[in-house]
Amino acid sequence: MSETKNVASRQQSVDDLYEESVHWHLNTGDETIHAKRMGGYWRNIKWLAASSWIIFFVGPYFQWDGRQAVLFDIPNRQFHILGVTILPQDFWMLSLALLFLALLLAVVTALAGRIYCGFFCFQTIWTDAFTWLEEKLEGSPQKRRKLEKASLDFRKVRIKTTKHLLWLAISVLTGISFVAWFYGAFEIWRDFFTLKASPVAYGFIAMFTAGTYVLAGFMREQACFWLCPYARIQGVMIDQTTIVPTYDYHRGEPRGRIKKGVSEEERTTGDCVDCKQCIAVCPTGVDIRHGQQEGCIMCALCIDACDEVMEKIGRPTGLIRFESFESMEANKKPQPLYKRPRVWVYSAIMSLALVGIAYGLTSLAPLELKVIHARQPLFVLQSDGSIQNKYTLKILNKMGEDIQATISATGPEGLILVDADQVTTARHGKVTPRTVFVKVPKQNLTQETTPIVFTVQGEYNNQVLSGDRKSVFIGPRL
Amino acid sequence: MADNNPFPGENNTGHIWDDNIRELSNPPPRWWMIAFWASVIWWIAYGVLYPMWPTLDGNTKGVMGWSQMQEYKQGVDEVTAVRAQYETQIEGLSASEILAMPGLSDYTVASAKVLFGDNCAPCHGGGGQGGPGYPVLADDDWLYGGNIDNIQQTVTMGRKGIMTAHGKILSDTEIDSLAKAIEAGNPSSDPNFTQKGCIACHGMDGKGMAVLGSANLTDGIYRFMPADGETLLDSIKNTIKYGVNDVTEPKTREAVMPAFGDRLSKDDIKKLAVYVHKFGGGQ
Repeated sequence: MSETKNVASRQQSVDDLYEESVHWHLNTGDETIHAKRMGGYWRNIKWLAASSWIIFFVGPYFQWDGRQAVLFDIPNRQFHILGVTILPQDFWMLSLALLFLALLLAVVTALAGRIYCGFFCFQTIWTDAFTWLEEKLEGSPQKRRKLEKASLDFRKVRIKTTKHLLWLAISVLTGISFVAWFYGAFEIWRDFFTLKASPVAYGFIAMFTAGTYVLAGFMREQACFWLCPYARIQGVMIDQTTIVPTYDYHRGEPRGRIKKGVSEEERTTGDCVDCKQCIAVCPTGVDIRHGQQEGCIMCALCIDACDEVMEKIGRPTGLIRFESFESMEANKKPQPLYKRPRVWVYSAIMSLALVGIAYGLTSLAPLELKVIHARQPLFVLQSDGSIQNKYTLKILNKMGEDIQATISATGPEGLILVDADQVTTARHGKVTPRTVFVKVPKQNLTQETTPIVFTVQGEYNNQVLSGDRKSVFIGPRL
Repeated sequence: MADNNPFPGENNTGHIWDDNIRELSNPPPRWWMIAFWASVIWWIAYGVLYPMWPTLDGNTKGVMGWSQMQEYKQGVDEVTAVRAQYETQIEGLSASEILAMPGLSDYTVASAKVLFGDNCAPCHGGGGQGGPGYPVLADDDWLYGGNIDNIQQTVTMGRKGIMTAHGKILSDTEIDSLAKAIEAGNPSSDPNFTQKGCIACHGMDGKGMAVLGSANLTDGIYRFMPADGETLLDSIKNTIKYGVNDVTEPKTREAVMPAFGDRLSKDDIKKLAVYVHKFGGGQ
């Protein structure tokens, strides 16, 4: 008895699926995709990954040593990252950081496909948030379609207005949060509403508001299809060993609907029951059963959907799963990571970048000195028989306060630094120039150019800081 | 034609040649038309707001009243306003006072760079390195004194030193002996130096006198550097023989610093004095 009941309820759920499936069709870009939301393992992972973007919103409010913990202070040309202050002079580290991130993207893509797209990309996350709101306000995909076609009445206007206002609110928040990283989190809120923020700040907020609203509200998956360069180059990043969401067509084909009265043992069709749930949940509206394609952002929501159906009808799950082309086609076992050359090459370059950054961060000099030798004249004969050279020293003070700096020089014998005891105020976060003259008795010069080293020294928080720089002392041709 | 259109419903204009070549009527995409009309509106608005249309006596002025000249003047006014605080200070101070104020003298150096380039660099070089026949300003050997007031006076009034051509007074051997003593940096070692009256201008020790503008003959720095292919000794001999600015001698050395007092303003001269003083030889 319970057997029959089971069969009946299963049949019912299958019937429901088929009834629904007429709504799902492939994305051709001419209509809004209303993807169905289903729970599942990957859905949970997706929320978890999306939550990493909370840092984007709350990050600017953290404090460190009485200032914003991470502040990209562009007007003052200082980047504060926790305890470290980076000036434009240290910017080569940024290129290493970018190299690291670019390769991280490449290595992740080589191993597991576009999981950045599916789980971490702002376009995916914001679109997900926007459609979540849409579902809360307008209801299921069917209801949304109906509402779209409905004539403009009070209810429609109310729902649509609420939705767009909420979207705009999120967009403005996104814009302000972005600018907060550069402007100061509390300052931007204050200045934003008192209309005192700079035009650049307003401009960026406007750009991000418009960008978020249009891209996540309207462009959505079209941005992935037509705008995003990463989506287009993924083809060269993945290979046969890359695991990607794959429809197991060996198992699934020939697909066919479940027929009433045909028992599981008698069926001639494959495991795919053609319920189109995989298309229904796809945020980009592709059919994963066509194989790997540019529209697939590898968010794995179709895996959740298919597994749920398979559980319902009592067939094994995993008809769609993360699988590599190699193991799907050649039935090969996946190669261990250490046997793949790509992994080695990518990790080697990434390690180099990391080592470079680590070197840069540990060797950040608090006082930096640049020496520019005067070109005209290269040297001057003085009446006491010495040769005088003129230098412009540029003292860069990376600390938080001004430093009283003194200059010294070592070089040829008998060297005299004119006004050596003069103290220069090295302004913090800035380059302070100072012109100095160095005299050397002519007879002490044994060659046309002699090495000379300038040292700048200053005290900061009872700690002696110094920096030096090599230059040359130029005399007459001998 | 249109009555008997063999290709109905394909949006052709009804113009058909050779049975099947026909003109279609496909409008440009919507976004293209929007951009097109937006450009037209932009162009009209521009023509109203900005000077654009030629007229018989010039051009339309545009309702915003904008002009390039006015924008330029505005820019100049902005710069002048920034400079004003320094310029008014310079006006009320002497060159030596300016030199003593670090912030103001830094501004003065930056400001005088152009003045020096326009007025002084052709002879003295961009860095005060001198040139053939023109003195170095970056060293500490000064004919007329190297303190800031001396320099200011030199620029204002100009300088023209005179040394008699000694070719008619001294024999070649005497000139030769004097030149060698000078090259060695010790002119007074030659008795001629005292006997022939050199000391009248160059002093007992040969170190020159700033009031006369006579050269220091002991420091190895020469007002007249040897010309190409000439030895230092020959150059010294030529100076003794033909003198400096001696109108009776056609081969005489010419050395004239023109007066800038009537060409430049007092403030500009103060700035230049500070600038030259800071070349490294100011006293």
